[in-house]
Amino acid sequence: MAKNTLSSRFRGVDIDEYDENKFVDEQDEAAEQQGPDACEVDHLIRQYPSDQWDMMTAFHIALRNPPINSKNPAVKERAQVVVLRVLTAFKSSDIEPAVKSLDKNGVDLLMKYIYRGFEKPSDNSSAILLQWHEKAFAVGGLGSIVRVLTARKSV
Amino acid sequence: MSYHSFLLEPISCHAWNKDRTQIALCPNNHEVHIYKKDGNNWSKIHVLKEHNGQVTGIDWAPESNRIVTCGTDRNAYVWTLKGDVWKPTLVILRINRAARCVKWSPKENKFAVGSGSRLISVCYFEQDNDWWVCKHIKKPIRSTILCLDWHPNNILLAAGSCDFKCRIFSAYIKEVEEKPAPTAWGSKMPFGEVMFESTGTSGWVHGVCFSDSGNRVAWASHDSTVAVAEGGKTAVCASLTSETLPLLCVTFITENSLVAAGHDCYPVLFVYDSNKAAMSFGGKLDVPKQSAQKGMTARERFQNLDKKATTDSKEAVLESVHKNSISQISILNGGKAQCAKFCTTGMDGGMAIWDVKTLESAMKDLKIV
Repeated sequence: MAKNTLSSRFRGVDIDEYDENKFVDEQDEAAEQQGPDACEVDHLIRQYPSDQWDMMTAFHIALRNPPINSKNPAVKERAQVVVLRVLTAFKSSDIEPAVKSLDKNGVDLLMKYIYRGFEKPSDNSSAILLQWHEKAFAVGGLGSIVRVLTARKSV
Repeated sequence: MSYHSFLLEPISCHAWNKDRTQIALCPNNHEVHIYKKDGNNWSKIHVLKEHNGQVTGIDWAPESNRIVTCGTDRNAYVWTLKGDVWKPTLVILRINRAARCVKWSPKENKFAVGSGSRLISVCYFEQDNDWWVCKHIKKPIRSTILCLDWHPNNILLAAGSCDFKCRIFSAYIKEVEEKPAPTAWGSKMPFGEVMFESTGTSGWVHGVCFSDSGNRVAWASHDSTVAVAEGGKTAVCASLTSETLPLLCVTFITENSLVAAGHDCYPVLFVYDSNKAAMSFGGKLDVPKQSAQKGMTARERFQNLDKKATTDSKEAVLESVHKNSISQISILNGGKAQCAKFCTTGMDGGMAIWDVKTLESAMKDLKIV
């Protein structure tokens, strides 16, 4: 009974970190993944009511450079905010041509952002995201949703 | 194309004998049932009871007429037909998790078992001790091995795993064979050497298949993609994302065409173009019955709008032959080079036999190169 049994600091050790069978994803370089350029997108959104094609450009810019490999949650958060702004600024009738202008990888990426947006609902965002989801689903099908669920590197 | 419903439970795995008159299958329990075809009916002729856990893999060696089965009880048995009875021989796999899949090598002198213990057991028969011995391939596998396929040279083994990778290993056993000649995947092949590891697709690899020449390997993974890699100085990979649910099994039917099936309950054709190193979707291989178009009354329309927010009259009934996911595909005639017939079994307890010629004529744009 000479041992001090009152100390419980050992309970703070995360035993799973030391498990030799623990699966660790491959480390890819973070590279140039800084997320889309917020200022450019802002500028284009402001011009929206007058020029529809500016909106498409803003859309494409927002989907460029996704911070997929980045481990910095702030970068991912920033990218998500920019994309959400573009998605909410669209008029309902313009959603379909915008989705049609994307290639397969673009549709998958859009689906990832949509589901990320669902995670933190605010005001009207869910309704608008559901409209985007319907159009993206029509193009990408169940496969694009499965890819959102199984992606190891998410947005 | 014919469909036969064996059971109400899923068929966990199946294997055909050499002349395709008998099929061994596991009805989702600890036994293996062997059915024999007579006329249009199937009659059960043997029941193999030895496993203590669900049988997860069966393979029937065509030349030597031996069946190997593996199960969740961490064992594998090699069954030989003595007279009219199948006698089992236990194979100690030295694994501490369930076995998931088993395949005889092309020369039938060894077989490989993939398991949840993150390793592949390659077993061969040692004449002196009259006993099956196994060797393990462990590195660099990080998770359960879900599927295996042998290269025609009897040495290379493709394995799909839950660590999102498809790999080709060398399973060269110096006790039973000579040194292999160089292949498209490499020339030095010591036991356990990784000749190829896939990158690019994420998702568990459910099905893997070598082409007839062994120069190409295809795999289907859980992120709804199918990929083909061609061996060479640098392996060339081509993958195709699909809009369907994930595919569970894949097989080559010619050197350039693949058939895959999965959770969408119908087989799908893919075509690989080696000049462009790209894959394309060939077509859906199911022949749905033409259901009579019923007119909708206005009342039905409003009811649909109210209940489902849509005026579509699509019924919630699967139109495919299989009513549940297809879990395994096997080639019946023609081999992987010029397949004439293939068979699918699934979770609906049924087995469908598909004839390639009839499918080609039934679907207008279908081209099997």
